[in-house]
Amino acid sequence: MEYMIKSLKVAVWFMFLTFPIVVIKVNTIENIVIWRWHNMFYMGVGIFFVSMLWRYFLERKDRVGKKSAAERINITQTIMENPKILRTLIISVLTILCIFPFVTDSYQINIMTVALMYIVLGLGLNIVVGLAGLLDLGFVAFYAVGAYTYALLNYHFGLSFWVVLPIGALMATIFGILLGFPVLRLRGDYLAIVTLGFGEIIRLVLENWNEFSMGPSGIANIDRPTIYGFDMTLTQATIFIYFLMVVFTVFTVFFVNRLQNSRIGRAWLALREDEIACQAMGVGRTRTKLMAFALGATWAGLMGVVFAAKTTFINPASFTFLESAIILSVVVLGGMGSIPGVIIGALIMILLPEYLRAFSEYRMLVFGGAMVVMMVFRPQGLISNYRRKYSFHSADGRFGK
Amino acid sequence: MEGLVSSMEHILDVKDLTMDFGGLRAVDSVDLYVDKKEIVALIGPNGAGKTTFFNCITGIYNPSKGDIKAITHSGAAARLNGLKPNRVTERGLARTFQNIRLFQNMTVLENVMIGKHCRMKAKVLGALLRDRRTRAEELKAANESYEILEKIGLAKFSDEIASNLPYGAQRKLEIARAMATEPSLLLLDEPAAGMNPQETRELTDLIRQIRDNEDISILLIEHDMKLVMNLSERIYVMDHGQKIAEGTPVDIRNNPEVIKAYLGEDIDA
Repeated sequence: MEYMIKSLKVAVWFMFLTFPIVVIKVNTIENIVIWRWHNMFYMGVGIFFVSMLWRYFLERKDRVGKKSAAERINITQTIMENPKILRTLIISVLTILCIFPFVTDSYQINIMTVALMYIVLGLGLNIVVGLAGLLDLGFVAFYAVGAYTYALLNYHFGLSFWVVLPIGALMATIFGILLGFPVLRLRGDYLAIVTLGFGEIIRLVLENWNEFSMGPSGIANIDRPTIYGFDMTLTQATIFIYFLMVVFTVFTVFFVNRLQNSRIGRAWLALREDEIACQAMGVGRTRTKLMAFALGATWAGLMGVVFAAKTTFINPASFTFLESAIILSVVVLGGMGSIPGVIIGALIMILLPEYLRAFSEYRMLVFGGAMVVMMVFRPQGLISNYRRKYSFHSADGRFGK
Repeated sequence: MEGLVSSMEHILDVKDLTMDFGGLRAVDSVDLYVDKKEIVALIGPNGAGKTTFFNCITGIYNPSKGDIKAITHSGAAARLNGLKPNRVTERGLARTFQNIRLFQNMTVLENVMIGKHCRMKAKVLGALLRDRRTRAEELKAANESYEILEKIGLAKFSDEIASNLPYGAQRKLEIARAMATEPSLLLLDEPAAGMNPQETRELTDLIRQIRDNEDISILLIEHDMKLVMNLSERIYVMDHGQKIAEGTPVDIRNNPEVIKAYLGEDIDA
């Protein structure tokens, strides 16, 4: 009952707030005001129910929140820790990925390739944001570095995709370290602002330094990847890049997984939890932070090269802040520090908008709304990170995984 | 007294340590030493500069003046001034914090394993390939960490997330984590703060055990006088950044300067 009254108040308040935009319509030709009272009614009823739902879910979260969250972690954990289930899951996903390009058209393949790219980008950013806890809003800068490395080297010297792939990654790594140095002392909001600025600097340089990057008109006719100079049709090339991305994704998942359960991964987590204690326990802050920045940037650089090769045309408009924001949302939505989380996050963020083209106008609205709802109900992300457990046979203290 | 003993025998030897924050002198030319297998306490009223003194030794602050010398992990003598905290820890000084600073979202075992970080070598490539050396190193670190937990009495919590531990266990975990760095000197900043008498007694035994069994010297800051008097072989007293007394527990108990610092100048006041 109390909820009803509160929701009613909210509804009335919203009706009042939205009154000028939804009710009054001025017809400037005939100089009359049209009063659309029915809109106000819809607004009121809509808000009333949304408010009721919101309250219901909030209350449910408080009531069973702790328990159900623990249960949900347990489900992920059972899957992750049971090698049988995990293996079956991985094999079935890989099989689907392998069959996928032969049963669908090139449009679907393209979308899937993009989704896979975002998985890899997300996992790269996950090292920086999720594991090391350094909020990086300029991640797309490294992506741009990789893409432009390939585009320029290909344009001027005709270097092939395979040659530039490591060069692009290396360039991004160098830029990662370059950015890492000045921001070593920063944390949280300050770090976010500096990285955001860094991202914009890279984009603005690319946009304005015409002699170097050909400015806003971009670079066209970049070579697609080839195998031993074998010429491929467009469809073949699409499928090839798709499989390339599958390999990349598998490798990245494998690498990040090993990384986060290693000495370095643990140091990142500790750095995220408490910087001073972490240093006092003998973890070098400089080295650990730089490593996170450099490794995160490396993945972005690799993906940049692939991106340039896939689209065959790049210009600075592909590397705006929005791109950074999307990659960051992939990580936050999926669950910071969690590999399956990032994968699911990327699939949702990329595939959903593609298949819901009908709602494309409301894309950003839904985006924002989803983020707010997530932060209230599941701040740890869709699939939260869980910590590996060691099992000991306490008699002799030997441990097995 | 200090002149009689050769400075090489002190595991930690601090001379004339001064720390200024702008115009404020938080620590004013303090001398202090700790011998091998000794338990030394540093006491004093709130704001006397004890924690600042700790922060200077462990590299969190860079002292304005003075010398900090220690026998390092490898047995050689080294000057610690201006070293970063992680370098100081590598050289064999480990500390705990007054306000608990655990890695809240990591498991108890992982907390301890972080302490092993500076004694491990695995690099990115090792993590990727997970070769035999890396695996052996991980296994060794996990086993040794678990052994430390068993000694401290936290083994049953090893898979628990650190923030879920009861308060007393969290304090112990801080000690366990510091011990994992294989220190020759353990610096404890108010280890008994907020503990009940029962827990304090257990802690006293634990600290003594660490000293006896692990060959670790201990320097501790503490307000619990019972613990300090029971445990320590020598006591330093600080007030307003200055060292006002040093000596055995009996000396300190009867020292008029110390009584004045704690209770004030006038008996009436």
